[in-house]
Amino acid sequence: MAFITANWNPLGEAFYRKIELYEMGWSLRDGLKECLVAAAPYGGPIALLRQPQRPSSSARPQLEIYSSSGANMASFPWKSGPVRQLGWTVCDDLLCIQEDGTVLIYDLFGAFKRHFSMGNEVVQNQVLEAKVFHSPYGTGVAIVTGASRFTLATNIDDLKLRRLPEVPGLQGAPSCWAVLTQDRQTKVLLANRADLYILDNTSCTPVTPPGLSLQSCSIVNMAVSFSYKYLALFTDSGHLWMGSANLKDKLSEVDTKVRTPPKQMVWCRRPKSQQPSVVIMWDRLLLVAGECTDTIQYTLDEESVCVAELDGVRIVGGSRHELLQEVPSACQDIFKIASMAPGALLLEAHKEYEAASFGKCFLSNYPPEPFVSMCRDLKVLNSVREYTVGIPLTHTQYKQMTVQVLIDRLVYRKLYPLAIEICRYLKTPEYQGVSRVLKHWACCKVQQKEEPDESIAHAVSVKLGEAAGISYSEIAARAYECGRTELAIKLLEFEPRSGEQVPLLLKMKRSQLALSKAIESGDTDLVYTVVTYLKNEMNRGDFFMTLRNQPVALSLYRQFCKHQEQDTLKDLFNQDDDHQELGNFYVKASYKEKKLEARLSLLQSAVDEYNKAKNEFAAKATEEEMKLLRFQRRLDEEMGEALLGLSLQETLHALLTSNFHKQAEQLYRDFRVPDKRYWWLKLTALAEKDDWEEMEKFAKSKKSPIGYLPFVEVFCLCGAAEAAIERRSEGEISTVLSRCSPTTDRALLERLNRARSTAAKK
Amino acid sequence: MSAHLSYGRVNLNILREAARKELREFLDKCGGSKAIVWDEYLTGPFGLIAQYSLLKEHEVEKMFTLKGGRLPAADVKNIIFFVRPRLELMDIIAENVISEDKMHSPRDFHILFVPRRSMLCEQRLKEQGVLGSFINIDEYILDLIPYDGDLLSMESEGAFRECYLESDQTSLYHTAKGLMTLQALYGTIPQIFGKGECARHVANMMLRMKREFAGSQTQILPVFDSLLLLDRNVDLLTPLATQLTYEGLIDEVYGITNGFCRFLPPEKFSKMQLNSAEELYAEIRDKNFNGVGAALSKKAKIISAAFEERHSAKTVGEIKQFVSQLPHMQAARSSLANHTSIAELIKDITTSEAFFDNLTVEQEFMTGVDTDKVNTYIEDCIAQKDPLIKILRLVCMQSVCNNGLKQKLLDYYKREILQTYGYEHMLTLNNLEKTGLLKPQTSTRNNYPTIRKTLKLWMEDANEQNPNDISYVYSGYAPLSIRLTQVLARPGWRSIEEVLKMLPGPHFEERQQLPAGLHKKRQQGENRTTLVFFLGGVTYAEIAALRFLSQMEDGGTEYIIATTKLINGTSWIKSLMDRPEAQAS
Repeated sequence: MAFITANWNPLGEAFYRKIELYEMGWSLRDGLKECLVAAAPYGGPIALLRQPQRPSSSARPQLEIYSSSGANMASFPWKSGPVRQLGWTVCDDLLCIQEDGTVLIYDLFGAFKRHFSMGNEVVQNQVLEAKVFHSPYGTGVAIVTGASRFTLATNIDDLKLRRLPEVPGLQGAPSCWAVLTQDRQTKVLLANRADLYILDNTSCTPVTPPGLSLQSCSIVNMAVSFSYKYLALFTDSGHLWMGSANLKDKLSEVDTKVRTPPKQMVWCRRPKSQQPSVVIMWDRLLLVAGECTDTIQYTLDEESVCVAELDGVRIVGGSRHELLQEVPSACQDIFKIASMAPGALLLEAHKEYEAASFGKCFLSNYPPEPFVSMCRDLKVLNSVREYTVGIPLTHTQYKQMTVQVLIDRLVYRKLYPLAIEICRYLKTPEYQGVSRVLKHWACCKVQQKEEPDESIAHAVSVKLGEAAGISYSEIAARAYECGRTELAIKLLEFEPRSGEQVPLLLKMKRSQLALSKAIESGDTDLVYTVVTYLKNEMNRGDFFMTLRNQPVALSLYRQFCKHQEQDTLKDLFNQDDDHQELGNFYVKASYKEKKLEARLSLLQSAVDEYNKAKNEFAAKATEEEMKLLRFQRRLDEEMGEALLGLSLQETLHALLTSNFHKQAEQLYRDFRVPDKRYWWLKLTALAEKDDWEEMEKFAKSKKSPIGYLPFVEVFCLCGAAEAAIERRSEGEISTVLSRCSPTTDRALLERLNRARSTAAKK
Repeated sequence: MSAHLSYGRVNLNILREAARKELREFLDKCGGSKAIVWDEYLTGPFGLIAQYSLLKEHEVEKMFTLKGGRLPAADVKNIIFFVRPRLELMDIIAENVISEDKMHSPRDFHILFVPRRSMLCEQRLKEQGVLGSFINIDEYILDLIPYDGDLLSMESEGAFRECYLESDQTSLYHTAKGLMTLQALYGTIPQIFGKGECARHVANMMLRMKREFAGSQTQILPVFDSLLLLDRNVDLLTPLATQLTYEGLIDEVYGITNGFCRFLPPEKFSKMQLNSAEELYAEIRDKNFNGVGAALSKKAKIISAAFEERHSAKTVGEIKQFVSQLPHMQAARSSLANHTSIAELIKDITTSEAFFDNLTVEQEFMTGVDTDKVNTYIEDCIAQKDPLIKILRLVCMQSVCNNGLKQKLLDYYKREILQTYGYEHMLTLNNLEKTGLLKPQTSTRNNYPTIRKTLKLWMEDANEQNPNDISYVYSGYAPLSIRLTQVLARPGWRSIEEVLKMLPGPHFEERQQLPAGLHKKRQQGENRTTLVFFLGGVTYAEIAALRFLSQMEDGGTEYIIATTKLINGTSWIKSLMDRPEAQAS
């Protein structure tokens, strides 16, 4: 155990250590010499573009992709244009930025995915330098052209090119530059000899780092920390300036005494760093400079590349892959010589008693969860760090990237069984874990062109089986993208969410199927959507036929038409020979019609339809309605009445109160109004206008079908009312009022109410 | 404000809190000051979820009603439209957005669809060229709204009309979704029973959705033991009858909307919220109105006795205790005063001759007296031009109790109605026929008497004061829907197979698998909890009957009630009427 501290080097109060991660599995004859290298953070893959050994016009460079342990994942000759820069996206895709500004995207296994351009003007001016950077918005690309202009794309998945303003006095490429993300804005920091500028969307601002001595020196290299919070500048006088990236504070300045411009410079920090540092690399020297004036120096025996990580720096060389980092305080506590921290004591005790997790049993109040979850994490980390997988993650990195992303990364590497095992081990809910992995597996499976549809569909359904929350529609969409429509349809049949099937089916022009699936889902909005789609796709006849076979869709479409397209509604009823509904349609239309003639003709159409529907009652009632309307018009014209629009009952009432007894009599006979109702009507109408003479005649005209009690009641009520009003007695009026019916004795009620309020005023 | 939701067997406040949380999250998504433009229909249902104070806390400064033309001026950063997904509303929104003065004040627009986003509506906004103007387009899934401690409502007025008249099953989809949300919060419901076409459809969708969401299942111990889905058209009779419980009568006479009621005269009463938060109301709401007077006077005695206690309070401690109870006592006294006045108002109506005559006819129909003949009372009411809805309620009731009317009789009533109230009501009559409320008799056999006898729908000796059967809520008539519920609990539907076949739609039972370890172990004597969902509406009297069953000592089942809308005969018939003149304007 004493060996653990053997490779620790002090830097100020802290210690730094360099540990070997892997002996590289690749065999490169010249190491990383003459190579363009890009290694992704979080233990990601490494891409090499190796120049041909014997330069000739026909020889092509070779593009190779390796895991962090040097296992080959892809290798192919580069046939496109000259490449300026390689870089990795957050989704483990490789970006190859060409001189002409074209960016080609490949997956981990070297399969071409797509390409985009950094702008037309770049073709002429060429890319001088390029950088790939990561921000909360995704992966971005920045370039500087031969015309000394910068162009930025903050997110390559949502490409928006931004050409930054000109930098005064800049010719060719700047001495050094970096991309910063500050205040949700992406900016470029660049040095042109001694001058430092910040370039944003609209302006180019000269800046000075506070406290940088020897102002006249050129800045030859710069590094921004992983979190974009810190900045390091290296001058040609060998000074290293460290400060905040917003250029407000200075942390320290160190004289490295090396004046050669470094090959690479990266920050080496960790969350809660005691002694953050910058790692500077020259041909044969690796120097760690901290805030204190101390430095640590390592000799480099091979061409290497530094990869900045959240909590350290990885150094990839031709034969070795190492991690350089500040020793975490927990490790320090345990292993520092003569440490008396509880951890160190526990370790001693453990060595004495050889009991695993010894002390834990004595901590009765200490919840076991952190211990258990830490053990689980370590197991997962060990399994992915394993040589064949080659993802050397630290615990800090793992926590930052989350299990979900780790699973994604394994999936990108097609390490499906390991991914599933980890999900099961960590008890990740199926939905986010195993099912997700299986979905990716299936998406990969459907792209295997040599296998027939049947066997793929079968394999997928067997493996995915009842796995929860599998989105078959996504798999089907992938199959469709690969041009395998039949397979896509087969796969869609496994999708339990019929709603999910609909958009893809529409895309594949299986609209009939889409319609039945939408109906199956019960989601009426989805049905509407498909119906609208069909309406635009098909000719009217076919459209109607389709609906006819789908009653649910038809009734929804009818609803839609009722509110939006009255004419289509009529066509629909016509096509179905639904005469009853057609009749209703005309009746409804007639009420919206102001002109009587038009109204009558609509009603006539309704009568015809009702007759066809064999709805005798409706036909007759509508005919009666027309008859009434004509009668009302005649009377309105002849006598100046305003009867139009009243019901038959109201018309009769109006006629009786206006002394048109003959006409009322005629209506009564024509419309075969039941005697009882007519007698009631006439009785109340006559009482209302106090026509007692007519009342007497009426009572004697023939035997009353409603008996004579109502007559007596009316007399009594009116008599009592008269008497009460005469005496202006509030109490009596109220008594009479309570005997009145609000419908039949309306006129009397009004009189009584008026009288009561005058009586009350007194 | 919402404590009464958590008193019941099932804490419905969890649902309300979930809804409030979602609302807050949406409001916070639109940073800065806000104005809400309301689809007027939504304000009532939203009132049951959140008061203005909640909105205010989240920087809502102004509220407008959605209408065409230009938006009112408001110095706010965000304009949020709270709307139902309806095309006609999209057109209004588009008009609002287009006429917004762009130069003057750049404001951010957002839409919150309630209860669900709609591609159709978004398409319409796109066609109108305004879709791009919205920063956030979101949905607020408000299906089931906690209405009281044991009551959930979707407050969807058109549900019955849409389902049974227009074959538009949108509300059933929302129902199924709402029940899924409920299961996410209260655990999977192991047993589903149902009767009716719509019930079958909802159950099918639920089972399908469960399959779709397999894997994201909640590990919650089920709160509900079973769910009963009932189509309203299985029992068309009950809502037609005049409700005779206190709350039912308040609804019949004044109408309760979204839990609030406006009494007349307005100068005497302010808008009152009616729910179990008011102790006295909770006590008397479900009583037969004839028993309310006694309950009120008993309460009056208790309250005055409580006030009298101040004389016996001697020590400082006793006085202090008395004073501490004073606010509660005063609230009780004012509540008593309110309900005494309301009860008096209602008594004036229930003791009137007209009310009595109407009730007599209703009861004749329900007991099967002369349901196949022209009813002279209906004739007289038409002749005297009583309100049309009253006539329709009676005619429909006669038709339902006679399993349809003879063609001649039906035509006679229809003719009388058209001649008296106007021919435009033909469409309404047509609607009533389509939904089966009014129908010509097709077979000579009237099966209503069999149903009535088997299910004991009429109880001669209904005890209104101290009820021993649910029939007290209609003073003799036991609501069919509730009898079905009661029989299901004990002895089970197998005993009434014959009757179930006479009622429309299939009846069924489904079981939902519970994750291992979530099977409830019932304690000896522990009651079952059943959720009864009325598709197409439920009346207050039916709710009262279910509450009565819950409280029965040997009942063994407690009921939670859910519905698309709280209805009464009047509001129900009204929702089925076609008023062309209203459409023309």
